Amino acid sequence: MLLIFDIISIGLVKYIMFKILKKKFLNKSVSYMKLCAPLVATNAQAGQFLILRVDEFGERIPLTIFDYDREKGTVDIIYQKVGATTLKLDRKQEGEYLLDVVGPLGNKSKIKGFKKAIVISGGLGSAIAYPLAKELKLNGAKTTAILGFRNKDLIILENKMKKITDEIEVVTDDGSNGKKGLVTDSLIKKLEKCCNYDLIISIGPIPMMKAVCEITKKYNIKTIVSMNSIMIDGTGMCGGCRLTVGGKVKFACVDGPDFDGHEVDFQEAIMRNNSFVNQERKSYEKYCNLFKGV
Amino acid sequence: MFNKSKFKETMPVVPAQIRITNFNEVELGLSDKSALLEADRCLNCKNSPCVKGCPVGVEIPKFIEFIKKGDANSAYKTILKDNIFPAICGRVCPQEKQCEAHCIRGKSGDSVAIGSLERYVADKILNSDDNKEIQNKKTDDISGNKKHKIAIVGSGPSGLTCASELTELGLEATVFEALHTPGGVLSYGIPEFRLPRKVLKKELEVLKNKGVKIVTNAVVGKSFLIDSLFNMGYSAVYIASGAGLPRFMNIPGEGLSGVYSANEFLTRVNLMHAEKEKYDTPIIFPKKLVVVGGGNVAMDAARVAKRLGAENVTVLYRRTESEISHAKEEGIEFLFLSNPTKFLGQNGKLTNIECIKMSMGEKDFSGRKSVSPIPGSEFLVSADTAVIAVGNSPNTIIKNSENNLDFDSYGRIIVDSQTLRTSKKFVYAGGDAVTGAATVILAMGAGKKAAHQIFNDLKSIESEGER
Repeated sequence: MLLIFDIISIGLVKYIMFKILKKKFLNKSVSYMKLCAPLVATNAQAGQFLILRVDEFGERIPLTIFDYDREKGTVDIIYQKVGATTLKLDRKQEGEYLLDVVGPLGNKSKIKGFKKAIVISGGLGSAIAYPLAKELKLNGAKTTAILGFRNKDLIILENKMKKITDEIEVVTDDGSNGKKGLVTDSLIKKLEKCCNYDLIISIGPIPMMKAVCEITKKYNIKTIVSMNSIMIDGTGMCGGCRLTVGGKVKFACVDGPDFDGHEVDFQEAIMRNNSFVNQERKSYEKYCNLFKGV
Repeated sequence: MFNKSKFKETMPVVPAQIRITNFNEVELGLSDKSALLEADRCLNCKNSPCVKGCPVGVEIPKFIEFIKKGDANSAYKTILKDNIFPAICGRVCPQEKQCEAHCIRGKSGDSVAIGSLERYVADKILNSDDNKEIQNKKTDDISGNKKHKIAIVGSGPSGLTCASELTELGLEATVFEALHTPGGVLSYGIPEFRLPRKVLKKELEVLKNKGVKIVTNAVVGKSFLIDSLFNMGYSAVYIASGAGLPRFMNIPGEGLSGVYSANEFLTRVNLMHAEKEKYDTPIIFPKKLVVVGGGNVAMDAARVAKRLGAENVTVLYRRTESEISHAKEEGIEFLFLSNPTKFLGQNGKLTNIECIKMSMGEKDFSGRKSVSPIPGSEFLVSADTAVIAVGNSPNTIIKNSENNLDFDSYGRIIVDSQTLRTSKKFVYAGGDAVTGAATVILAMGAGKKAAHQIFNDLKSIESEGER
């Protein structure tokens, strides 16, 4: 293992960095990658994210740091092919390189001192929830995970999550895994049965996080959400990721990505995340067509 | 041959109707003939008042004397001693407020066009094939071990100037940049039609060939802390992280889609090239765009919008004075003494801006006239895009990650104004991170000052060690 200093001083940065060391398909639209990114790995903490750029023409997109290895200087990411950049990213194979990876960005999650927690995730949100659940466990909290997916083919990380939680429930919208239901239904059942939960973490599509927060507010349980806003630099410079939290403007990149779910203006966040929806669709279709017969 | 003309030579400018259709440079630079004529207007004053107006102290009359002799090479070298970015500064410096404001010729007629001459010299050299500054790579890196290494945070004008100066002084400098491209505000903020990226690239090349290392994708305060830089073997740190945190107005509707900070709007185009088909970064091409603010950044945003094809571009400014000649020629409209009070939208998208008329009052203690809203004067401006250019605050990352550094209530790093030392030993700071948003050349001046201070401080501990 080279020290960061060696890497920088002998100018190795551009040669060894950002190599894809491992790639795995988790399902037909979600993949996992292990990247060589020592500058990101050295200081990475649960809850933080990185920003990558696949190639010269690519945009910068934020992805949660799923896991990291400080010794080896690697970070793991999980992504879903939902747009142009993730499609492009998915074209890259083991042994190839990404152009830019920068991080860790955002603040580490503040989840120390809790005794009993529920981690609720929807879809790809489980990849963001996993490092937090792991951190909760490390900090001694009794943790329940509720994972929701559209159908059984889309289930990811069930086994990994099982290993680091005390209890896990996986539900699907269509019941194809044998457990039909919404994560919010499961949550209500849990909260009705037992009342001494002191933390809820909710990560997934914004409407899901909103619904969870509406429930937990009634029970008055602290609820953390992780906001996946549109951003460019990730260092507070563009302000594109701004949200209204407790009536104040906050930046997901430097003030978040975790926020008190009971304070977030979710309606505004949904609209802001849809800002470029037409452009994104066009761009996605362009790459779908481009990659088709290849 | 002294040129008595009261009027300065001016650069040819691309006609407004043509220039708003592309991002090419607007001002085209002096011809050899005009440069010579303009140089001949310089009196070569003994006390050189112009030099005192330059934050980095370029020997202005000296380089102009070389132009008079037709020796662009020596002119370039003269400037380079004090300013590593003559092609950039020749384009983006507010010379009319600095060197040119002190020019004796300005007392009766135009000041000597120092900025145009600086640019002329730099372009002449950087564009020539046998340019040694670009081609001559330094290869004596082997002795590097004994040298002090200095870490610089941020690759904007201040950080790069400091790095260059340190290299000149025989130290080794590594610059850490958070973005994927060096240059700071020169790369994400200033549009191509004011500063072509090939000009920036060439001047960065000169710097790299001097031996300055630039590490991109490294966020100091996140990727590593300042203390770990010392552990990594750096002897001193210069923080030049700039003022990159956009201010918002805190009025209703600011979260609507279609409302951008100037930083975001400009970054999407200048850094991410969203306007080009080949690039993936999205942008919504505006039809009716309103820029809020009256500074350089507001003008840049307005002119970029025009080039993106916006039919209507209006600048809303709560005061009156503004540098607007180029923007006006390009068909940008101005509503002075007006301020937005509310952004209105439908389905989350901006549709209108409610504004209010302002009135100018008495001068306040800062010498600036106060402005206040006129009750009941609200009016609506229709817009699908709004760009907020009301200023930037210093970036918060270092403030939130470092415990031993002192900051003022605005988030600016507190330094000793003479030495640029911060509250932490061997950590220095300068540029916008210390002053708040200012100009390129002031930031460069601070970088230069810091380099000499670092050099002297390190030398003095070495001599103490020898004793």
